[in-house]
Amino acid sequence: MRAGIVVFPGINRERDMAIALAQATGAKPRMVWHTETDLSGLDLVVIPGGFSFGDYLRTGAMAARAPVMDAVRAHAGRGGHVLGVCNGFQILTEAGLLPGALLRNASLRFLSMDCHLRVERSDTDFTRHYQKGQVFRAPLAHGDGNYFADDDTLDRLEGEGLVIFRYASEEGAINDAANLNGSRRNIAGIASPNLRVLGLMPHPEDLVDPLMGGTDGKPLFDGLAAALAA
Amino acid sequence: MKATVTVMLKNGVLDPQGKAIEQALGHLGYQGVGEVRMGKIIELDLAETDPARARAQAEDMSRKLLANTVIESFKVEVA
Repeated sequence: MRAGIVVFPGINRERDMAIALAQATGAKPRMVWHTETDLSGLDLVVIPGGFSFGDYLRTGAMAARAPVMDAVRAHAGRGGHVLGVCNGFQILTEAGLLPGALLRNASLRFLSMDCHLRVERSDTDFTRHYQKGQVFRAPLAHGDGNYFADDDTLDRLEGEGLVIFRYASEEGAINDAANLNGSRRNIAGIASPNLRVLGLMPHPEDLVDPLMGGTDGKPLFDGLAAALAA
Repeated sequence: MKATVTVMLKNGVLDPQGKAIEQALGHLGYQGVGEVRMGKIIELDLAETDPARARAQAEDMSRKLLANTVIESFKVEVA
């Protein structure tokens, strides 16, 4: 699997993402600057977390209009895989690659803590190394992670099975207490209709080595590497 | 021409900042404040001199960048 990580000014999670990808694939991912327009040769394009363009106007708004995004859109259009984490998820929604938007956390507080995610389906290239219904731990670090979409969009997402992760209790219960940022229907991560574009707020790349305090996020990267091994 | 774009969260979209302001006004002793909603104002200095074209340009900019129409509505005033 050849992976590329898109870097915008203000992005700060690209090196952790590179560690997670290199560990899973054995190859160093390519760092792609936001002014580049050629993503040919890449199987996976990752948009990592951070605060692109200082979160000016809206989180992800500026990055979503950067030159590289037409190439990301074309990559997705060809059926290429795209992973957006945290600011990356915000950028994918702003770019129209995933529906909905990420609003200010309902509590108005920046959340820097662990959450638990329930895997809603395991038959995707991103979740194949998890079990359906499995709960895993993932760190949160965001001020705007409150997923919003109108009822029709939410019903469509659920009907088509495109909700991939939900905020859950450690036991897997979906309730308000586990929904730390106030997201509608506890949604933490969604996918495109072809299941090749995934966006999620929490950081699986932060738990891929016992030295980081756990390996809960490792199956996501190992599963991707296995799915895209060529 | 000068175009002023007012961007507000749509009705039905949770506005936690507005809520926080509403509560703070209550703490200051102001009575009878209903719902508070917070938005932003963007001023554009446009080379265009025709009001209708300036408005159309500002509306186009609003749809493409200044507002996220999934969650926000916008209003353009030209002067």
